[in-house]
Amino acid sequence: MAREWSELFILDGGAPAPAASEPEERRVGRFRRLRENLRKTRQALTSEIRSTLFEDLSEETWERLEEALIYADVGAATTAKVVEQLEREATAGTLTGGEALTDRLVQLLAEIARTGDDRIDIRPHPTVILVAGVNGTGKTTTIGKLAWHLRQELDRSVVIGAADTFRAAGIEQLQVWAERAGADFVARSAGADPGAVAYDAIEAGRRDGADVVIIDTAGRLHTQHDLMAELEKVHRVISKQIPDAPHETLLTVDATTGQNGLRQARLFSEAVSVSGLVLTKLDGTAKGGIALAIAHELGIPVKLIGVGEQLEDLRPFEPAEFAHALLEA
Amino acid sequence: MFDTLGDKLQATLADVLLEADVNFKVVKGFTDSVKERALGADVVGQLNPGQQVVKIVSDELTELLGGAARDLAFASRPPTVVVMAGLQGSGKTTATAKLARYLREQRNSSVAVAACDVRRPAAVEQLIKVGAQAGATVYEQGTDADPVKIAAWAHDQAVSEGKDVLIIDTGGRLHVDQELMAELAAINKAVKPHDVLLVVDAMTGQDAVAVAEQFAEVTNFDGVVMTKLDGDARGGAALSVKAITGKPILFASTGEKLDQFERFHPDRMAQRILGMGDVMTLVEKAQDAYDDERAAELERKLRKQEFGLDDFLEQMRQVRRLGPLQSLLGMIPGLGNELRGVKIDEADFDRLQAIILSMTPEERRHPELIKGSRRIRIARGSGTNVQAVKALIKQFEQMRKVMRQVAQGRMPDLGALMRGAR
Repeated sequence: MAREWSELFILDGGAPAPAASEPEERRVGRFRRLRENLRKTRQALTSEIRSTLFEDLSEETWERLEEALIYADVGAATTAKVVEQLEREATAGTLTGGEALTDRLVQLLAEIARTGDDRIDIRPHPTVILVAGVNGTGKTTTIGKLAWHLRQELDRSVVIGAADTFRAAGIEQLQVWAERAGADFVARSAGADPGAVAYDAIEAGRRDGADVVIIDTAGRLHTQHDLMAELEKVHRVISKQIPDAPHETLLTVDATTGQNGLRQARLFSEAVSVSGLVLTKLDGTAKGGIALAIAHELGIPVKLIGVGEQLEDLRPFEPAEFAHALLEA
Repeated sequence: MFDTLGDKLQATLADVLLEADVNFKVVKGFTDSVKERALGADVVGQLNPGQQVVKIVSDELTELLGGAARDLAFASRPPTVVVMAGLQGSGKTTATAKLARYLREQRNSSVAVAACDVRRPAAVEQLIKVGAQAGATVYEQGTDADPVKIAAWAHDQAVSEGKDVLIIDTGGRLHVDQELMAELAAINKAVKPHDVLLVVDAMTGQDAVAVAEQFAEVTNFDGVVMTKLDGDARGGAALSVKAITGKPILFASTGEKLDQFERFHPDRMAQRILGMGDVMTLVEKAQDAYDDERAAELERKLRKQEFGLDDFLEQMRQVRRLGPLQSLLGMIPGLGNELRGVKIDEADFDRLQAIILSMTPEERRHPELIKGSRRIRIARGSGTNVQAVKALIKQFEQMRKVMRQVAQGRMPDLGALMRGAR
């Protein structure tokens, strides 16, 4: 049920360039964890939601559903919308039985999560992807994993630009990831102008005929005006070089983030028009429900999810799967 | 009727706290106790129920967040060993350097930091850099050694070099990662820390409870460091963690620079979690339920100009009690943008207070009396000038207008009020 990488990207000539096919055994190993997670999700749903929550409908049913969504950090406004809708349909008699209600609930949540264009167009040459986010949300890790997948799954050449020149050892950290991913790496010294690094990276990408250029940026709080202005400048530098670029601006959001995630998404979007979210750290107990609120209120789709620390632990976002997981006890 | 008011307040307060990311379970318990206290205090019969409720809520919050500020447990025989633990990206490495600097500055301690995060690429390099900036000795063995062994070795180093404090930076780990949680337990066993500090991101949502519970189980941590408080997250996670684990919050990290680190202040955090915008909502809700008769009486008082400068002064004091004005304004939804860059001078309030206190009681009740020579006398008495006295009276008239709106159950136009105050 999870989306394939080829479905996430918009490619030249329709079909993706087939990556070197890998032995079945490795493939099984790679997705084992995800499958196990999904199985756990389904079991939890079966036991938790289907058998008890919708057993007999009462005021308490809706309260418990509200609780479950609030617990998942979905937030008051989006929770209210979903619960009202489901309650209306249940009262109208169009839905009967626990299973029908559960299915409809998952459907409603998935519909909200599915917003805008949730694919990444990598037809431009080079495609420039700018990655931004609050400190500690997993930008650098995400870039390493994304570069690795572009190489492994789609056989694309990648240049990574280290425009996080602020964080102590930020450049070194990204360099390690670039090496792991097999991507070219462009950096200047610590403290250098981030815009200049972005410029260099795109120049290198053009010169070497790279397929994708990914620009890392320093973590910053959306409330730091000078740093947000700096990010806007990086964005401008990129647009000057290639008018349509950045073709994709990804915002990393930590799944453990609460309601402040909405503010983050809103202010980053105002600065650099975010085109998609990467919901990171979904391998913990946090559900990342704030992504649903962001999709609902700002119309920004989640494109990728981070589920671990290894290179392969980045996945295309799948709304129905996410909706199921939100309700897991 | 009291019960209805209680339920209404409880629901509003619950919304406020959930919006601030306080954990659901904690919200339930907290709002129950506030409701009880509010009803016990017979808030409804008071002249100003809104402020009464806000006071009860913020007192309860402050109490729950920790009462007085707490300190680290220092060893009687150095080195004092502190282990920093937390999720990935919560800000452990930065907090390690900040704490090192803080202890050097505040206690004149010789501090060493140990680099035990060998998994995140370049984490050791990062600590070498920020540790040096903080003036701490950095103990590291690169990334090939075992974190438990590095910690034990660093402890030996700290003892032999006579360090006062050793702070151990550990790798970020998920609370559900059994292997890494076991490693953290092993580090603790090896160095027997005096303090284990859990580093918690102020932006954390409902999951803060699950995280804190797991870390408490494995490390029995002693205290909490809240990070990224320079953002605009309301920081309900602080309340969740404190309420669930009972562990005190010791420090607050409030910026990118190493010196932006301070003792935790429960009262400030309480105000932040409540949020000024939401405080106004609470006031309004309480005001809504305000006895009609009393509202009418206040309105009559206002209409008859009986609302004097003494009342005005009291209002100002109430507002100031809520916290530093600049940060309060930033938290008012919709007002943040408008007031960005406007500097609110707290000294202005002291000046206003001085002016009012230089008036006779009669003048305070009837400011319209203040003309010519009275104005000069007041200006002299308060060490200000005639213009300032004039401006104050103008401002008071605006305040009176706002009070009338509140009395009529409408929200005051705070934006206009602040523009007038400038």
